Amino acid sequence: MNAFKKVILAATCVGSLTAVASPATAQTTLRVVMHSDLKILDPIWTTAYIVRNHGYMIYDTLLAQDEKGEVKPQMVEKYEAAADGKGYTFTLRDGLLWHDGKPVTSEDCIASIKRWAIKDSLGQKMMTFVDSINAVDAKTFTIKLKEPTGLVLLGLSKPSSNVPFMMPKRVAETDANKQIEDFTGSGPFVLVKDEWKPGDKTVYVKFDKYKPRSEPASGLAGGKIAKVDRVEWRAISDAQQTVNALSKGEIDFIEAPSHDLLPTLKKDPNVNIVVSPLAKLQYVFRPNTLHKPFDNPKVRHALWYAFNQEDFLMATIGDENYIRPCKALFICDTPFASTKGMDGLLTSNAKKAQELLKEAGYDGTPVMLMHSTDLKTLTNLAPVAKSLMEKAGFKVDMQSMDWQTLVARRAKKDPPEAGGWNAFLTAWVAADVMNPISTAYVNAACDKASFGWPCDEKLEKLRDDFARETDPAKQKAIAEAVQQRVIEFTPEIPVGEYVQPVAMRKNVKGYLISPVPVLWNVEITK
Amino acid sequence: MSMYGYLFRRLLGTIPVMLVVAVFIFLMLRLTPSDPAAIIAGDNATTEQVAQIRSQLGLDRPMIEQFVIWSGRVLTGNLGESFFFKKTVAALIGERIEPTLSLALFTILIAVFVAVPLGVLAAHRHGSWIDRIVMGFSVLGFSVPVFVIGYLLIYLFAVYLNWLPVQGYQRISEGVGGWVQRLILPSVTLSVIYIALIARMTRTSVLEVLSEDYIRTARAKGQSERKVLFRHALRNAAVPIVTVIGLGVALLIGGVVVTESVFTIPGLGRLTVDAVLARDYPTIQAVILLFSFVYVMINLSVDMLYTILDPRIRY
Repeated sequence: MNAFKKVILAATCVGSLTAVASPATAQTTLRVVMHSDLKILDPIWTTAYIVRNHGYMIYDTLLAQDEKGEVKPQMVEKYEAAADGKGYTFTLRDGLLWHDGKPVTSEDCIASIKRWAIKDSLGQKMMTFVDSINAVDAKTFTIKLKEPTGLVLLGLSKPSSNVPFMMPKRVAETDANKQIEDFTGSGPFVLVKDEWKPGDKTVYVKFDKYKPRSEPASGLAGGKIAKVDRVEWRAISDAQQTVNALSKGEIDFIEAPSHDLLPTLKKDPNVNIVVSPLAKLQYVFRPNTLHKPFDNPKVRHALWYAFNQEDFLMATIGDENYIRPCKALFICDTPFASTKGMDGLLTSNAKKAQELLKEAGYDGTPVMLMHSTDLKTLTNLAPVAKSLMEKAGFKVDMQSMDWQTLVARRAKKDPPEAGGWNAFLTAWVAADVMNPISTAYVNAACDKASFGWPCDEKLEKLRDDFARETDPAKQKAIAEAVQQRVIEFTPEIPVGEYVQPVAMRKNVKGYLISPVPVLWNVEITK
Repeated sequence: MSMYGYLFRRLLGTIPVMLVVAVFIFLMLRLTPSDPAAIIAGDNATTEQVAQIRSQLGLDRPMIEQFVIWSGRVLTGNLGESFFFKKTVAALIGERIEPTLSLALFTILIAVFVAVPLGVLAAHRHGSWIDRIVMGFSVLGFSVPVFVIGYLLIYLFAVYLNWLPVQGYQRISEGVGGWVQRLILPSVTLSVIYIALIARMTRTSVLEVLSEDYIRTARAKGQSERKVLFRHALRNAAVPIVTVIGLGVALLIGGVVVTESVFTIPGLGRLTVDAVLARDYPTIQAVILLFSFVYVMINLSVDMLYTILDPRIRY
């Protein structure tokens, strides 16, 4: 036998022995590729979506929104509003346990709410209405309000970052500006800390003592039943390789397959593509109100006539099956969606935009538009904006950079010539922009507002009115007023929505229609 | 000067090199427009929250103060803690060394065992079709980017023929079979460029040596052609070949970055990409320092090897 044959034979023997030596178990493992690698584990410390998704694996929430967006009890058995509207009493369900086996108590929840409210913008707003939060007994606690507000239910059922996840008191008492180091939750899965290897994989196992609700799972509410023993988040960064791995059965599920690879996946008889109507994203144009020319609201207003949504959506997503042109500021098909005030806007009426610019006294100051080049779904946004703006009479200085450089630069208040900026485009997960309080770019609280720092008393007054209102019909009217003020003042412009499908092997069943990808209820069939 | 004296002097020489690398990397990272705090904070964060994180990470301190703190720690063997992973950089590197070393080892072994015989054969059959094929392959190997070769091999051997896995790495402790199986495609991918480089250099060196008098003498003594080629010609042509192999090992550092990303291998290359994308300063600084140190050591080893391969070389 020659040397080459010996090597082949040896390798085959070793491979066979390894296969034989592998333990045969009935354990089911769901292997998924999420939209990015998990590097941080504290979902209160950061607003990153991947950390939020991790939070849903191991933590639970007091309230949750079902697939219709209605607020439902989750960890609580019931909640009661005070007769005068100035408070709530929450009663926890029986049998809730932390992953270390200790019972979940009111004190744990109070500490968790307080830590969340320090970091989260909706939580901060909610706390301005809160007089006190007190434990009545181990299972009951009250939130007393200074005046009625709808923000308590909205906040405690907030579906996206930062989600008010419940943690044990000892963990929740960590300074909100420091990361937690104890990852004990009470959710349906337990993090296997030793197997968390950033850049490789994150592993969760089923929490056997989790007590799901009896109602069927719906959105983020209902019974969270872990139907697999183990979930592995594999860190595959290459989009094509992710698709190859799914086709070959090396993984079971992809959270965010690239839109241009969906036709390949569609042809695979072993793969299902699932479009959740709630898993939408909204593209937005964000002007910086601190510097010329966008310090002038009238100049900003001209953008509503310069843009149209179809151009942005086709240039980025490029497939009519997944784009959703929608002029509503607060996401189409959700409770506060409206097209009020949108007539004639977002139709690329260049002539009207030019007239408005002339009226506004636009002096030709170039707009420094930041163009991110490395995130596929964002790359083509800025060139489209540049083209449409130039047709409308703007001068545009588009500067290309990677997303992380853009993220760093947008935090700078300096003028564009000193390292600052005038505008950029990004995408928001729908769950983040469904009402006037959680929508970050509608916040017009000057220095306390998000990058772009709009400053508008009228808008802030409307947001406060919305926060005080508890009647859904009246909330809707206020949300429409907010939208109309946004059109006048232009702190942002929605330039279209699109859906992000998930892809999975055909034997993966039970994926829930939800604004946030969750993996309870998912099972692997034979 | 004795060999040990030379070695000592070269080792001393690494200190200023590493110092320059350290200062250069530190300044490069601080002077480029990036902000790890803004990245960590996420999209929903306010300016205030970003500032808080910046303060926690010590990024709001003067640059000189940051450098003094970092270099002081490095001198005591503390590479610091990753901004993102809540792990020490040393632990992160420790986790990632095995995959990268495995990939590098497989790649170099494949490259040397394929390229050296090919180069010798091409020199021996100088001007023949074998020579032309080897040189043609060499040009192709240089010209095609690693990721293109990777995707082609994946399509052929993993997707179409279904012989090998598409991606991933299995630690040697989890089974030698799986470890080898998952390294084949990435190392073959990465080795193509080195096969091209080493084969070309081997051919040129052997060709030069084949015209020497002692080769004619060896042949005249009736030695077999195999002995003439591998014992006399190759051994005397070894110095430039070893130099190229040494350079190849050093250049692998760049190659593993792409290959590990395409094949999802959790090694140092992938760590570097992740750290750069996240602007994780402590990790980037440590990995670059490590790579620089490896580069310097490989060069030193190659210089030492010269004395073994060619007794005429003395330092």
